[in-house]
Amino acid sequence: MEHTHTAAGHESAHTDSSTKSIWRTFWILLCITLVEVGLAFLHLEYGFLPRVLLNAIFIGLTLVKAFYIVAEFMHLGHEIKNLIMTVLVPLLLFVWFIIAFLYEGDSWKNMRKDLRPGTPVEVQKVAPAEKHH
Amino acid sequence: MDTAVTAKKKWWAGGYSPFNVSYGKLMMWYFLMSDAFTFGALLIAYGTIRFSSTSWPDPNEVFKSFPGMGHAELPLMFVSLMTFILIMSSVTMVLAVHAGHMRDRKAVAKWLMWTIVGGIAFLSCQAWEWTHLFHEGAWWGRNPFHNVDGTAASTNFTNFFFTITGFHGLHVTSGVVLNIVILANVLKGTYDQRGHYEMVEKVGLYWHFVDLVWVFVFTCFYLL
Repeated sequence: MEHTHTAAGHESAHTDSSTKSIWRTFWILLCITLVEVGLAFLHLEYGFLPRVLLNAIFIGLTLVKAFYIVAEFMHLGHEIKNLIMTVLVPLLLFVWFIIAFLYEGDSWKNMRKDLRPGTPVEVQKVAPAEKHH
Repeated sequence: MDTAVTAKKKWWAGGYSPFNVSYGKLMMWYFLMSDAFTFGALLIAYGTIRFSSTSWPDPNEVFKSFPGMGHAELPLMFVSLMTFILIMSSVTMVLAVHAGHMRDRKAVAKWLMWTIVGGIAFLSCQAWEWTHLFHEGAWWGRNPFHNVDGTAASTNFTNFFFTITGFHGLHVTSGVVLNIVILANVLKGTYDQRGHYEMVEKVGLYWHFVDLVWVFVFTCFYLL
């Protein structure tokens, strides 16, 4: 709201368009959710789309929903740029967190698979010699 | 937003409002940012453990019940309803904030009331879901569900599910309490005396954040 310092009457002039954008955001959020649920059902019933692609779509759509909630409902999209940056830039840490931790988790899974007692024979033979470094 | 900004803004020299928002709103943003890290840490921990597991229960097998539908398998239906309720209550909250800008006391009270109804409806849904899962034998430290590959699952699945949805439910609960408090103030006319309805906006920010977190919980637990 860059024009808040103007008279209060100025705001009421925008009544109609403002409520309209609220409902527009609502329909966007609802439609995205329905698309997500629909895709999940198509996958369940017909195996539509491979799982990896489906998950990527889900995450993408989730971020779109998050954008609309933060930008429109929480009004951040209408605040001044400095405020937007102050709030959003620290959240970029999540990018590194997610990559680092999930990579770590995946590495643990591989170790569990490889080192499970008695599973692959060649690991039992080769691993003790190689695991020293 | 009735913070009349003076013509000469001293942006970074201890001036009135460098970000053109009130102190309270700015601090609410910072609080929400820190809360985002809390939820983020929980969800990333969940993701890490899930990635480190060789197999994991299928959410469509676990969350397939609907109240009053007996043993019909309806995956995703109930949680979609919960999501819809929360989005809807977010909308009524924005409408309350909007009515606050118009200084329309009755409209603010009406929309806040609907927001509270939505919040309570969501919590009731969650209470039903938790009770249902509990009767199926799921709880912290107990997991009756099998992994996708048929092996017995560890309790990680239920531990994370109850901890994260519980923490979110706690946020919804405090959101409902805050909404009730400001509704009482609206009805008393406190904000009319104060000259602005900014408190509705601040609580609104918190309420939308709860909705935002649910969007991620929904994806992480029910879709992926």
